[in-house]
Amino acid sequence: MPINNYYGFGRIILSIAVAMCLRIAPWPFDLAIYNPDWVLMVLIYWSITFPERVGIFHAWTFGLFTDVLTGRLLGQYALAYSLVIYICLKLHKRLRRFPLLQQELFIFCCLLLSQLLLFLIKNLQHPAQLHATFWWPVLTGTLCWPVVHTLLRFVRLSKPVNKD
Amino acid sequence: MLASVALLITEQRGQQLDFLRATLSFFIEPLKHLVDMPSVLIEQTNNTVNSYAALKKDNERLREDQLIHQTRLLKLEALEKENIRLRALLENSFKLGEQVLIAELLSIKMAPYEHILVVNKGTRFGVHPQQPVLDANGVVGQVFRALPLSSEIMLITDPNHAIPVQVNRNGLLTIAVGSGQLNRLILPFLPSNADIRPGDLLITSGLGGTFPQGYPVAVVDEFTSQPNKAFASITATPSAKLDRNRELMIVWSKSTPVPLIAKPPSPETAGTEDAHK
Repeated sequence: MPINNYYGFGRIILSIAVAMCLRIAPWPFDLAIYNPDWVLMVLIYWSITFPERVGIFHAWTFGLFTDVLTGRLLGQYALAYSLVIYICLKLHKRLRRFPLLQQELFIFCCLLLSQLLLFLIKNLQHPAQLHATFWWPVLTGTLCWPVVHTLLRFVRLSKPVNKD
Repeated sequence: MLASVALLITEQRGQQLDFLRATLSFFIEPLKHLVDMPSVLIEQTNNTVNSYAALKKDNERLREDQLIHQTRLLKLEALEKENIRLRALLENSFKLGEQVLIAELLSIKMAPYEHILVVNKGTRFGVHPQQPVLDANGVVGQVFRALPLSSEIMLITDPNHAIPVQVNRNGLLTIAVGSGQLNRLILPFLPSNADIRPGDLLITSGLGGTFPQGYPVAVVDEFTSQPNKAFASITATPSAKLDRNRELMIVWSKSTPVPLIAKPPSPETAGTEDAHK
């Protein structure tokens, strides 16, 4: 149903907007380095749950927005997100049946992949020293996954997004 | 996927994608303001609940300050004239007069490890990249990227930032590099026998063309000289209050075009010392 679809998609966009807000929220400095990639986690959730609705193109677009939002080189988040979402789409049937712990392991790999890509691009751009703390968001993101998962499921189930 | 790689390469090469970034930033702008909202609200409530007595006291203090500054300015003007005369004797050019625009900070953290702030004035107000940004106490940084409705400012303490400075006492030229800590600059290119002492004021030297000459940047910290090393390891504390200010001044030097003299939506704009030729 087109109207219902539209409504559901609005909810997805809203959740991503919230994730973007969290992304740039002014944490005190020692917390900022742990700030995980909320946008990617939300995208992963939606791509696993509604693979027919959130595809690579969406991931790419929102990645581009994240680039602008965080003032990066245009396209690096787009690249990382679309790659990760591609993998998620390939595996979504299996992922949905995974227990939480296994899912976390997968999320860890996804976040690591995305961070690795960003690291490579940053390095190509101009080789700079990075603290080991650059990798913290991967870990904190993994730890935050159950929260994101539960919240988004609540969002999804509060009124079914796809009624067909 | 290919598209993003292409994007990456084009962006790295040049400025063709500024338009795309500007367009996308229109969608993002509300988010920035949304995130900024709590701090604005706190400030507003603070202002509302301020007592009458406190306000009166504040007002009195400000008036006194104003008086003191005015008298100082009188002297400054005379000195400025004298300086121009002396420069003329030396057949030396002297740049005077800058125009400033007051921009307000949005409390947003774009990325850790980078000292980049976002302010609420963008290309719509004529802001352009590489403009110097000051506050009441000294140099804050420079405009790093100007979007239509906001712009990103790189602080002088960003690890990727370097600012040409000179020691105010004796004119010794050097470069101050950001350290990644908000309260520290590093002076890596000074030989260990350089004439520099703790407490020396560093001012912008005007070399490099980005920063106008003569604004305070930092004060040299305590250090112990190590005669066995070729370069001294000297640090300095920025004089601008980098972590406390909400209002910043974006500066147009006279050498750059000044596009917004007669624009109505910017009442904050004030030509400071434009009267001189």
